[in-house]
Amino acid sequence: MDEDILKLTDMQLDALREVGNVGAGNAATALSQLINRKIDMTVPQVSILPLGDVPDVVGGPDVRVAGVFLRVYGPAPSSILFLMPRESAFTLVDMLMGRERGLTEQLDPMDESALLEIGNILAGAYLNALSFFTKFTLLPSIPALAMDMAGAILSVILIQLGQMGDHALVIETQFTTDGDGAVKGHFFLIPDPGSLGTILTAIGVKE
Amino acid sequence: MMADLIKVGMADYKVGRNPASLISYGLGSCVGIALYDPVAKVGGLAHIMLPDSTQARSSENPAKFADTCLPLMVAELVKNGATRSRLVAKIAGGAQMFVFANATDIMRVGERNSQTVRMVLKKLELRLVAEDCGGNYGRTVELKLENGIFRIKTIDKGEKEL
Repeated sequence: MDEDILKLTDMQLDALREVGNVGAGNAATALSQLINRKIDMTVPQVSILPLGDVPDVVGGPDVRVAGVFLRVYGPAPSSILFLMPRESAFTLVDMLMGRERGLTEQLDPMDESALLEIGNILAGAYLNALSFFTKFTLLPSIPALAMDMAGAILSVILIQLGQMGDHALVIETQFTTDGDGAVKGHFFLIPDPGSLGTILTAIGVKE
Repeated sequence: MMADLIKVGMADYKVGRNPASLISYGLGSCVGIALYDPVAKVGGLAHIMLPDSTQARSSENPAKFADTCLPLMVAELVKNGATRSRLVAKIAGGAQMFVFANATDIMRVGERNSQTVRMVLKKLELRLVAEDCGGNYGRTVELKLENGIFRIKTIDKGEKEL
């Protein structure tokens, strides 16, 4: 598996980036409509990283984050993880609940389900794009939420990848809302070992 | 003088001696394994991701697995003046970060990790004296080589010393 990841051609990486771009674009549009704000999105990074370096993408393993996790079922099983700094999660909840900014300091069950729903909508929007390119039916699981250290949350997917190799293929996009009290988030799609080949074949760039 | 703080990344291990401390940040389903010789005040900390190298498809990094990491760490500790029979082990981690109604094997990896770590320690005849495993929260662990205290920090579940 490691060999597969390390041998990806530029064209394959470009293709993955494009899928990520459309998927994240869909997700950003959905989020923008939900909170009625403009959202800036970075061009997706497709990176191949040693497993231990992945937490650095979000600022290090001990950074406090909110994570919404979903499994993707279908011909190309994958994991989706939406990570936000803790403060961004609180701000996002304020926006969704129509509360004054800065009021949320701890999540109640209603806030938690709002964040889960965000995860659901983002994942659905993203998977729509992935389904379009691959012609696969890809279904998300119900989402799960954790508020904890970035390393601890990421360990869930990294361990899974660790069974196959020492590197992770990470398709990652960063979101930022405009205005003060910006909401930042990272959206990760991490194909299961074996799924990457299936996706590459389906989008027509398998060597 | 500030004592050295040696960082241990995911799928890695480090050894050191008094007055340094070994620290590993943000353990989730991974397991932190501390080995300490209280007389030589030499110790090591491993941050393993998976229990068993024989079930993995491939790896170039032995520090990723409990069964291949521990013998390496023990050898390095002995080289640094530790006596094998004096080594005591403390472990922490193995959480299940996301709780699903129908948890699959993938989600229960933390539990399997800590179970296998206990077995590997037993097989290597290393004495497990304390542990803090399970739950659904992350941990930062620090081994103080001055006294062998294994400190566990969490975000909402407080702090404890083993």
